[in-house]
Amino acid sequence: MTIAAASRIEHAWSALNEVLDPEVPALSVVDLGLVREVIEHDDCLEIVLTPTYSGCPATEVITSSVIDAIVAAGLGPARVTMRRAPAWSSDWISAEGKRKLLEYGIAPPGPVLADGAVPIRIVGRRQAAVPCPRCASVRTERLSAFGSTACKSLHRCLDCREPFEHFKPI
Amino acid sequence: MVASIRIPAAPELQYLLRLSDTCLILGQRLGEWCGHAPILEEDIALSNMALDLIGQSRALLTLAGQRSGEGYDEDQLAFLRDEIDYRNPTLVELPRGDFAFTVLRNLIVSTWLKLMWERLRDSSDAELAGIAGKALKEARYHQQHAADWAVRLGDGTDESRRRCEAALGTLWLYTPELFEDDAVDAAATAAGIGPAWSQLHEAWLAEMNEVLGEAQLAVPPAATFRSSGKRGLHSEHMGYLLAEMQHLQRSYPGGAW
Repeated sequence: MTIAAASRIEHAWSALNEVLDPEVPALSVVDLGLVREVIEHDDCLEIVLTPTYSGCPATEVITSSVIDAIVAAGLGPARVTMRRAPAWSSDWISAEGKRKLLEYGIAPPGPVLADGAVPIRIVGRRQAAVPCPRCASVRTERLSAFGSTACKSLHRCLDCREPFEHFKPI
Repeated sequence: MVASIRIPAAPELQYLLRLSDTCLILGQRLGEWCGHAPILEEDIALSNMALDLIGQSRALLTLAGQRSGEGYDEDQLAFLRDEIDYRNPTLVELPRGDFAFTVLRNLIVSTWLKLMWERLRDSSDAELAGIAGKALKEARYHQQHAADWAVRLGDGTDESRRRCEAALGTLWLYTPELFEDDAVDAAATAAGIGPAWSQLHEAWLAEMNEVLGEAQLAVPPAATFRSSGKRGLHSEHMGYLLAEMQHLQRSYPGGAW
């Protein structure tokens, strides 16, 4: 790799750091752990992304914003390829990303449990409460497992009475 | 109108289409709840799950198109196949019914899909294994959602219980198709693509028993009726579903957002 190529890739990462997720605009696609790799080809830069959810309606928007950002930074032409395996995990959200989520009012995901170790949990056994992102109280309850997007669930705080969303561990 | 496409009979392709169509048709049925669910949270939850299922089917249809040797893309496969070339089991095309029917069907199918995705992670087809790894995470949330509601409604009021029993009685008639094998399964297991559907039965029944037991709902007796959607012989409901789902692409070929 030439020095020029290294710096082109470095610049591409900086540009990608500015591409915000359309559904969670507090975080960039890098914070969310969507960008796997930036590869330099003779004719273009290839950005490898891993989609979050199979049906995430933001995927198309993210793809075009990524290409626009690379071109706008004078690093184009660019193309985006999708890498599905290994599957995206909320564990890939950076520490910085989790901090930004909390600041934005979304409770960040806890660690994903070991694969396969998730037996069906019948109601009655209470699940651990998600701390409120506003007042940090753990006296909260889940209203719905699916919030405004598939990646979030809906909760409310019983102390400050505010509703909030939780980025689900997946 | 645009002409329909026909699908090659290769069993490995049929195996993929059975799975993609299960996701697509259930996704279409769940999408019907958008704007109609009993409460806002459930409206959103069902729409979200519909999106997951349609997303999974898109990945599978893209793969099936590549494997078909005909160069079909996901849209052609979704919108230009006739009923007889759809390969979903009949269960998922039944009208959405009431909320109890929707929840119990989701329980049956998401449990089945979860077990299927678990096994497909080891598929000899690396693309399929990748799709499965992703979809498994989603299916677990779908199953949990359905199980929560099954317990709440089954062990709920007289009315919710009555509706659950009625729904389960109908749905159970269509479950044997989820566990029957034929030449398609034999070819898929021989090539290491995925399990024969019968191999999911024991684990599926164990998980269904656990949830239905907690919901105080009796497991209906085994049915002798055999539905046949996965061989292209569908119920009377399928034509109406496809007419609605395919209308735009049939009337305005190649139309895009």
